[in-house]
Amino acid sequence: MTTPLAPRDFRIAGMTGRAALIAAIIVVAAAALPMVLSNYQVGLATEVLIFGILALSIDILAGFAGRTSLGHGAIFGVSTYVVVYATAHAGLPPATAFAAGVLAATLVAAIFGLLAVRTSGVYFLLLTLALGMIIWGICLRWTQVTGGENGMRGDVRPAVLLTNSAFYWAVLASAAVVAFATWRFVRSPFGLTLRGIRDSESRMRSLGYNVPLHLFVGFTFSGFFAGIAGALYAMFNNFVSPSTVALAQSVEGVLMMTAGGVGTLFGAFVGAAAIIALENVVSAYTERWQMVLGITFILIMIFAPEGITGKLRAILTRKVR
Amino acid sequence: MDRRQFLKNTTAALTVAGAGVGPWRSAQAQAGPIKIGLLAPLTGVVASGGKEMVEGVQFYLDQVKGEMGGRKVELVIEDDASNPDTALQKARRLVEQGNCHMLIGNLLANTGLAVANYVKGTGTPYFIPIIAADDLTQRQRIKNVIRVAGYSASEFTHPLGDWALKQGYKKIATISQDYTFGHEQCGGLAQVFTEGGGEIVQQFWHPLNTADFSPYLGQLADLKIDAVFAMETGADSTRFIQQYASFGLKAKTPLLAAMNGTDQSVIRTLGEECEGIFSPAHFAEGSDNPVTQKFAKEYEAKYGKIPSLYGFSMYSGVMWIDAALKRMGGKVEDREVFVDTVLKTELDGSPLGKAVKLDAYGNPVYDVYIRKVVKRADGKFWNVPAATYPNVSQFWKYDPETYMKQPPYSRTFQGIKKG
Repeated sequence: MTTPLAPRDFRIAGMTGRAALIAAIIVVAAAALPMVLSNYQVGLATEVLIFGILALSIDILAGFAGRTSLGHGAIFGVSTYVVVYATAHAGLPPATAFAAGVLAATLVAAIFGLLAVRTSGVYFLLLTLALGMIIWGICLRWTQVTGGENGMRGDVRPAVLLTNSAFYWAVLASAAVVAFATWRFVRSPFGLTLRGIRDSESRMRSLGYNVPLHLFVGFTFSGFFAGIAGALYAMFNNFVSPSTVALAQSVEGVLMMTAGGVGTLFGAFVGAAAIIALENVVSAYTERWQMVLGITFILIMIFAPEGITGKLRAILTRKVR
Repeated sequence: MDRRQFLKNTTAALTVAGAGVGPWRSAQAQAGPIKIGLLAPLTGVVASGGKEMVEGVQFYLDQVKGEMGGRKVELVIEDDASNPDTALQKARRLVEQGNCHMLIGNLLANTGLAVANYVKGTGTPYFIPIIAADDLTQRQRIKNVIRVAGYSASEFTHPLGDWALKQGYKKIATISQDYTFGHEQCGGLAQVFTEGGGEIVQQFWHPLNTADFSPYLGQLADLKIDAVFAMETGADSTRFIQQYASFGLKAKTPLLAAMNGTDQSVIRTLGEECEGIFSPAHFAEGSDNPVTQKFAKEYEAKYGKIPSLYGFSMYSGVMWIDAALKRMGGKVEDREVFVDTVLKTELDGSPLGKAVKLDAYGNPVYDVYIRKVVKRADGKFWNVPAATYPNVSQFWKYDPETYMKQPPYSRTFQGIKKG
C-alpha cells in the first residue's frame, strides 16, 4: 500500500477528527521545541521547516503529478532575491517585500509551467533544470542588481521576529498553513485530476480533462509554495547569493522530498529534518560529510525507495496486520 | 493506509531526527580556554587554499604551544564548503553552539560577506585575513570585522598603477575574472594609472573558470599596448599564464598580475612561463628580510612547500590577535575592549619583518612591494621585491572621506579618468 490517500469516512473540515487532533499535537509539540532546544538548534529547526516547505512544494508535482522538477530551487531563490532586494535596496517594509517575493516566484513558476507542462519524464527534468540554470545565470551576471557572485545583504527580518524562537514560531505557523493548504489541494477534485494525469495522461485526456491546464495550475501553485519558503529563507539569512538559486538548491529539495518519501507530503519535513541533522552531525566529525550523505542516499534508495516516511508507514502497517 | 497511523509514523520519524540533533549540545565553562572558530573552505572550488589557511593557523599555534595571552586556545575548524549559505550556517554553529569567542577565516568574498552580515547582529569579533572585499573596511564597515594581516582588493593595485607609470607605460589593457574581487583590483590600477596620464585601452572580463583564453589572447595580441594587467586567481591564473606564454605574448608584452596571480599557490605548479611577471603585495616570500626568510624556511620544512598568501595571512592574522590578547591579559570575553585593543595593536615580528598597524577603518597599512617572479637556485619560482612603496593604506593618496564618496569599483565604474 503506497497510496497516500487517507480514509474517506467521516471527515471533519476535510480531516478525520483523530487526524486533526494528531496534527494539532504535532504542531503544539513543534511549537514547544524552543523551550528544550538551544538557540542554535532552534535555528536549525527553522531551517528544517523552511526546506520542508520547499520539499513539500516539489512533492506536489513529483508525488501527485508524476513530474520531478529540478527548477524549484531557482523559484525559491527568486523569492529570496526579491525579498532581500525589496527591503535592502527598495526600502519596502518586510510584509510588502514578502508578498513581492512570493508573487515574483509565482510568476516565474507560471512561466516555467507554460514551458514545462508539454513534457514529462526526463524531458521535464531537463527542461526545469535548464530554466533553473537561466535564473542562476541571471543572478550571477546581472551584477548591478543582484550583486553578482557576492550577493546582497540587508536587515530583512522584521524587528518583532528578531530572536530565533520568535522567528521559528512564525515559520512554524507558515509551515502549518502551507502543509494544510497543500494537503487540501492534493485531495481536492483538482488534486485527484493531477493524480489521474500521473497515472495515465492519455486516459485523462480521452476523458475530456485539459491536461496541460491542470499541470500548469499545479506547477504555479507549487511555485507559490516554493516562493513562501524562499521569502522565509531571506528573512532567516538576511543574505542571498547565487548559491541560493543554484542547481544544488533544487537538488537538495528533491533529495529531501525523496528521502522523506515521494507523495507523502509530510515526509518532506521528515526528509528535510533528516538531511539537515545529518549534515550537521556528520560535518562535526569529518569534512567528507557530503560523501556520508551520498552513501546514506544510496542506502535509502536501495532499502527504502519509498522514503523514510513511506518505509516506516509500510513497516508499521505490516505489523498492525 | 490509515491516516492516524501515518501521522504517528511521522511523529516517530520527527522524534528520531530530533534526537540526532541532541549530541552536540555542550555546556560551556566560563573561564575555560579561548575558543577560536576557524572557517575555511575545506571542500569545494577553493579547497586547496582552505587547507593552507588551516595550516597557517596551526603553524602559529604550534609555535606558541597552543597558548595565547596566557590562556589555552581551543581551535574549532569548520568547513564553509566554498558556499555562503554553508558559511553562514557554520558561523552560527560556531557562535551559538560552540560559544566561540571569535571567528576567523573564510576565503571567498561571498562567504566572508555572509558571515560579516551575521556578526554585525551578534557582535562577535570576526577576523578576515583573506577576504579582500573593499567595502568591508570602507563604505559598509562593521566595527567588529577586522582585516588583520589581510588587504583590501584595490589596496595594492593603486601603487601598481603608479609603478606602471614610472616604467614609462602609456597604454595598458586589463583582463580579469568577472566578479567583484576582479572589478576592485582592476579599478585600483585603472584609476591611478589614468589619473597619472596613462590610458586603459581595453578591459576584458571573462567568467570564472575559463578553460580557454585564446579569444582574449588573440585580441590582446592585436592591441597596441605597453603592458597587460591580469587579475586571475587559482586555476584560471595557472591557465592564463601558461597560455599567455604559449601564444608568444610573454616575449612581446610585459605581464603585470594581481598579487593572487603569482601567489605560491599558483606558481608552485608552473615553470619558466611565470618568470618575470610583476605583481604588487605586502608579502614577498623571496624577500631578503631575515624574518621573512626564517618564516619561509620553517614553513617549507614543515609543510614541504613555500608558504602562500593563505598560509602567511592566517599565520600573521592569528599572531596579530595574540599580540592584542597579550596586551589585555587574555580577557577575550570583553568583546568591546578586545575589538578596540586589536584595532590599536601594532603587529611586530610578523613574517613581514617590520611593524604593521591598522588604519581607522580596521584595514592594515603596509609597505607594498612590487614583486618579480624569479627562479630560485633549486629551480623553484618565487616572488622577490623589485620596488617598495612605504606606508600604503587602502585609500592610497586620496582622502578617505572623498574616496568613499566615489562609488565602489565595479564593471561599470573603474575610476577611469576621461582624458
